[in-house]
Amino acid sequence: MIKLEINNKQIEVEEGKLLLDVCREEGINIPTMCYIKEIMPTGACRLCVVEDLNTGKLITSCSNMATQGMKVSTHSKRVAESRKVIVELLLSNHPDDCLYCVRNTNCELQDLSYNVGIRERRIRGEKNKHKIDTSGVSLVRDPAKCILCGRCVDACGRVMGVHAIDFVNRGNKSEIGVAFNKGLNTSSCVNCGQCIIVCPVGALYEKDHSAQIIEALDSPKKHVVVQYAPSITVTLAEEIGLPAGTDVNGILNAALRKIGFDAVFDSSFSADLTIMEEATELIHRISNGGKLPMITSCCPAWVKYAEEFAPDMIDNLSSCKSPQQMMGSMINNYYAEMKNINPADIYSVAIMPCTAKKFEAQREEMTSQGITDVDAVLTTREFSLFLNKFGIDIKSLDPEDADSPLGKRSTAGKIFGASGGVMEAAVRTAHKMITGKPIKERKIDAIRGFDDIKTTQLQVGDLNIGIAVVNGLGNVDTLLNEIRNGRDDIQFIEVMACPGGCINGGGQPIALNTDNIKKRMASLYTIDDTEEIRTSYENPDIINIYNNYLEKPGGKKSHHLLHTHYMERDVMK
Amino acid sequence: MNKSEEIFKKYNHPCADDLIPILQDIQKENGFLSEVSVKEVSKFLKLPSSRIYGVATFYNQFRFTPVGKYHISVCRGTACHVLGSATVLQEIEHTLKIKAGNTSRDGLFSIEVVACIGACGLAPVISINGEFYAQVTSESIKTIIDEYRTKES
Repeated sequence: MIKLEINNKQIEVEEGKLLLDVCREEGINIPTMCYIKEIMPTGACRLCVVEDLNTGKLITSCSNMATQGMKVSTHSKRVAESRKVIVELLLSNHPDDCLYCVRNTNCELQDLSYNVGIRERRIRGEKNKHKIDTSGVSLVRDPAKCILCGRCVDACGRVMGVHAIDFVNRGNKSEIGVAFNKGLNTSSCVNCGQCIIVCPVGALYEKDHSAQIIEALDSPKKHVVVQYAPSITVTLAEEIGLPAGTDVNGILNAALRKIGFDAVFDSSFSADLTIMEEATELIHRISNGGKLPMITSCCPAWVKYAEEFAPDMIDNLSSCKSPQQMMGSMINNYYAEMKNINPADIYSVAIMPCTAKKFEAQREEMTSQGITDVDAVLTTREFSLFLNKFGIDIKSLDPEDADSPLGKRSTAGKIFGASGGVMEAAVRTAHKMITGKPIKERKIDAIRGFDDIKTTQLQVGDLNIGIAVVNGLGNVDTLLNEIRNGRDDIQFIEVMACPGGCINGGGQPIALNTDNIKKRMASLYTIDDTEEIRTSYENPDIINIYNNYLEKPGGKKSHHLLHTHYMERDVMK
Repeated sequence: MNKSEEIFKKYNHPCADDLIPILQDIQKENGFLSEVSVKEVSKFLKLPSSRIYGVATFYNQFRFTPVGKYHISVCRGTACHVLGSATVLQEIEHTLKIKAGNTSRDGLFSIEVVACIGACGLAPVISINGEFYAQVTSESIKTIIDEYRTKES
C-alpha cells in the first residue's frame, strides 16, 4: 500500500495503479479522449492532465502510476484552463456540423466542450478538409471530424490485430488512413466496427441502410420480412433508456410489427439451424478424417480475416453459412414456398449487432438463384433511430411472439450472442447426435467469460473432443500458430472477432463501459437458465423444418441452401 | 530474384528498426516506394502496410510516385525564400500543372521541394537532374522548362 494526496485528501491505495484509475475510484471524473481501458496508454490527447504539486508539473494521469508521497490536484485553476485550451484547439479545426452529425447528442467532444464550459469560439483555425471515405461496404470514414486521438488505430491494430488503419502524414496534415491513403475497401479492414465503438466523435460510422428499408416498407409490391440477432434483445435496452442487460424480446417483436414488417423472425432460430448443420459437419469431419480442427464461420469479420491473413486455414472453416444468411436463405426458399410468394418480391432485413454483417449480406457467395439472401442490415444503433423515425415508444408496447415458421428458438441459439455461446450450443447438440442422449452438464464454465483463449477437453461418449474459444480477433493468431506447429488436441474452435462476442459487436450501443457488456452477457445466460428448451434439436420449429423441408442435417438440400465456401483474398495488409 | 529480395539479403536479422533503411534502399533503387514494394517490406518485416505507409509519409524524403525524366528540386531554404522561391515554386506548379511531390502525366517532369541545397549565393535556386539554375525568376523558369520540352519533342 502507498499513501498519496489527491485534492487535499489523504488516501491509501495499492501500488501499481494508474493515477487515472485511482482518481476515478475516488469519485473524481477526469476527462479522457485517447485512453481505452486495458490498452497501453498513449497519452496523446493530454486531457487527463493533473497538477503534480511536488514538481509543479502537469502530468497525464492515464500514463503515470500513483506513487508514494504524490500530491496531486485534479481540478486546479491551472489544470482546468489547460484542459479548456486543449478542447478549444480540438474544436478550432472541427467542422462544427453537430446538427447533421450521426453522433449528435452522443459525442464525447460535444459533452466535453459543454462540461469544460466552452461558450464561445476563441481560437479559429483552418478547417480540416478531407474527403469522406465511402468505399467500404460497412464503414464510412469522415476524417474531417477526426480529432486524431488514435483510439481506432489501437482498436484495429492492438485489439483486433488487423492494422487496416494508422496515422499518415505529419503535423497539421496528419490524418488516420489506410496504406496509400486509398479507400477502406482496398485495405485489410474486416468491417468489425470496433473502431466505431471507440471513436469519441462522428469520424467513423456504419453505412446506413435505412432509406432502402423505408422504400421497401412503402412499396405495396414488396413483402418485407425482418430478423433480429440473438444479442439484440439484450442490448437494445441501453439505446432506449432501460437498464443495461434488460431483455426486450417481446416488445421488440411488437415494435417490428408496428413499423410494418410483414413477418418477424428470430435469428436465434437460424442459430439453432446453424448448430444442427455445424454439429453434423463436425461429427462428419471427425468420423471421416476431414480437416480438423473445424473453425466456426458465423462471425463475418473473422471469416474475412481468415481469407486475408490465414488462407491456409480456409479449409478448416465450417462450410455453414452464418445464422443471418441461413435465415435469409430459409425466408427466400422455405417461407416463400410455404406462403406462395415470389422470392424476388421479398425484401429481407436483418437487425444485427454487427457492421460486418452488412459486408456479409452483399457477399457473392450469399445468394441463391441470383437473389441475395439478405437485402439490408441495420445495426442496433441504427435500429433505435429507426424506432424514432416511426414514432414508436417501445416501452409502451405489450410483448408479442415472433412469427411462425422461423420464430421459435432454443436458449442454445440465444447464447450465440456471447463469446463461447456457439461452442456451448454446438456441444449440446453434438452430444445428442453422437451418444443419443442429452448432455448432463449443459453449462461449460471453462469457455464462458471474457478470457482471450478458452480451452477445455470434453468426453462425449467414447470420443474426447478438445474445444477452444477465441474471444477477440487479436488473439486468433496465437492459437492458429500453435495448430500450425502441430498442436492436435483441439478439434473444434469458435472464433468471435469482438471481445465478449456479439454483445459487444461493432453495431451495438456505444458504451465504453465493461460493466454494461458484462450485464449483456449475464442476461443471455439468465435466459438460458430460466427457459425450458435449451438445445437446438428440441426447438419445435427446427424439428418442423427438417421434417417438412430440409429432410436431414447435412443433407442435399441443406448443402445447397445453407452451406458455402470461402477463398483467399488479396488486400493491402 | 527481384530488386527487393536483393535488398532484403543485406538484413540478416530483420526487425522493425530496419524499416527506414530498407525504405531508403528501395527508393534509391526504384526512385519511389510502390504499393508492391511496400507489400514486400510488410511481409519481410512482419509489419502492417498501414504502419509502413504511416512511417514513410511522416518523412519528406519518401515518394510514392515514380520521378519524372526531369526531376526538379525547388529550394525552399531561408535565403531562397527571402528572394522569392515561393513564387518560383508556384510558377513551376502552374506551368507543369502538377503539385510538388507529383509527376506529370507524360512522365517528363516531377517536382520536389527541398530544404536548403547549400547554394544560397545563387538564390533562388532550383536543380533539374542535378544541374543547377541560379537566380531563377517566374519568367526564366518558363524558358528553362520550354528548353526541356523542345528537347523531347
